[in-house]
Amino acid sequence: MRSAKVLVAAVAVALAGCAAGPMGSSSGADASASPRLGQPVSEAQLAKWNIDVRTPDGLGLPPGKGSVADGKKVYDAKCLACHGEGAKGGAVFGTMVGGIGSFKTNTRVLTPGSMYPYAGVLFDYVRRAMPMNAPQTLTDDESYAVSAYILHLNGLMPANGVGDAKTFAALAMPNRDGFISDTRPDVKAERCMSNCTPISSTRGKK
Amino acid sequence: MKLSEKLKEMVDTSRRELQARDSKSHDPGRRRMLGRTLAMAGAAGVATQAGAQALEIPASAKEHGRPMPANEYGMPSKFEAHVKRRRTDVFVNRQNFSDWSMTPLHQQHGIMTPNGLIFERHHNGVPDIDPDKHTFVIHGMVRQPLKFSMSDLMRYPSVTRFYFHECSGNGLTDWLTPRSKTVQQTHGLLSCAEWTGVPVATLLEEAGVLKEAQWALAEGADGASHARSVPMKKLLEDSLLVYASNGEMLRPENGYPLRLFTPGWEGNTSVKWLRRLKLGDKPWHLRSETARYTDPMPDGKWRQFSMEMECKSVITSPSGGMKIKPGQVEIMGFAWTGNGTIRSVDVTLDGGRTWREARLEQPVLDKTLTRFRLSVKWDGAPMTIASRAVDSTGYVQPTVDDIKKVRAIVGFVQHHNAIFPWDVAASGEVSNAIG
Repeated sequence: MRSAKVLVAAVAVALAGCAAGPMGSSSGADASASPRLGQPVSEAQLAKWNIDVRTPDGLGLPPGKGSVADGKKVYDAKCLACHGEGAKGGAVFGTMVGGIGSFKTNTRVLTPGSMYPYAGVLFDYVRRAMPMNAPQTLTDDESYAVSAYILHLNGLMPANGVGDAKTFAALAMPNRDGFISDTRPDVKAERCMSNCTPISSTRGKK
Repeated sequence: MKLSEKLKEMVDTSRRELQARDSKSHDPGRRRMLGRTLAMAGAAGVATQAGAQALEIPASAKEHGRPMPANEYGMPSKFEAHVKRRRTDVFVNRQNFSDWSMTPLHQQHGIMTPNGLIFERHHNGVPDIDPDKHTFVIHGMVRQPLKFSMSDLMRYPSVTRFYFHECSGNGLTDWLTPRSKTVQQTHGLLSCAEWTGVPVATLLEEAGVLKEAQWALAEGADGASHARSVPMKKLLEDSLLVYASNGEMLRPENGYPLRLFTPGWEGNTSVKWLRRLKLGDKPWHLRSETARYTDPMPDGKWRQFSMEMECKSVITSPSGGMKIKPGQVEIMGFAWTGNGTIRSVDVTLDGGRTWREARLEQPVLDKTLTRFRLSVKWDGAPMTIASRAVDSTGYVQPTVDDIKKVRAIVGFVQHHNAIFPWDVAASGEVSNAIG
């Protein structure tokens, strides 16, 4: 976070504190009163829960692998009904193919190929949330395979490609450098009371 | 037909009208509609209470009321059955698991949203979680990973806070052209409640945060395992592990039995059905914070981690779908900011050329819906009305024109906090005037 923003936030907290009086704005935590009831748990015990992928470097991508060809089989059996043939859009959801290069036009097409900055985003999402009617039932190999297939349909993996932790972490996605962090406040409006510019400049001009 | 049957039929007819998809479901509208139906019935020969006629003793004063049941969860009057959350009718999803429903802001009184009307946004439906089986875990960059049962969590010192809650997608259908009809559809991904829970800081302290930890992944136990990266600073500052709203345990659709609550921040960072916080040194950049909930920028890029919901306001009455009469008009609405408190709200009746300051109704609290009100005289000439809020940082609510200069408004764009105008026609009919 930018330091200027932190400063603004600090000022906001200070002002809010004045306005809100005893409500204040801190969490009101009194750690000394904590009953400390947490039960120790080990990371090994949490293995089945610990499914997140830190997508920029692929930390958390599990062992295992899946080919584009196997991915098509998984896709046709478990994804096609909603997403359609070749992931071009189906009964429930729109296309997951194409859109690369569309972000400088007025019709941005958002697909895993055009939008996801890292291949790990796709693997993570498939593993945690897909298929929607039975999430977290795919094996890691199946999640690699179906992700590889969708990347292939977007021209980002060859037909004989195989997805695994190494290839996904290394894959250069088209939108890899497509994100910036929050820069707001990005507008500075004035509190004009008379002779002001009307709300809309385009009203009635369409 | 007996009078009582006739009255019942009239009420039922009115209710059917109101439940229709594009009904003018607003209290004054409902009363007007009842009035109209009654007038029609009067023409058919049924006595009315119009004119100089003496008031009769109401039937309710001449009979038993409903007997009290042995036990009951109280419900609103049957005459309020039209007050409901509604899904958007602009963007119709072909499934209703990843979908949203909106709060009827024009029918909300006071600043707190009743639990049954708090807006919904789910990514794979509503789970029904048994609190006795729910486990919450803190792990990752901590000295000792810990797990907590719900009954244990509820033994911690709790705090109760009033906060608004808004989806970052609130208003995304209505940037450049009017698409939604009512304020429920344009602004209803917004609610406000009294939230009760344990400060996240208390539990983080117990687990022992390693100094490298800068972010935490918050993950839900729903069918989407919805997850967001949240900076440690926010978790330590004012975030809560919430289990109750408005005096009772959370409703299933609002995260029962446990959710994260990040005051003033975009709604989906307040992860519902929370099952773990995993601490790390960097954000995860998951789908929910890259491909979704990000804003298109003019250079083809996307802006992410736009957490604070910036200062915003809207007139809720009169608003889209309502009809007013010439004479005295009470303009009412809500203002809110994720960056502090509302300092002032101005109202325009001429499309933004001149503004006058509205009255703020108490209480005016940090990160809470604030009501404003302005009584004006309407001469029956068409007008464009809107509100503009200023928050305690001095930030002034912008116009869409202002925002268009710095962001790309293409497709469904998040973080729409622009001034929102309504047109009032000579007929008194009010309609969406965005764009």
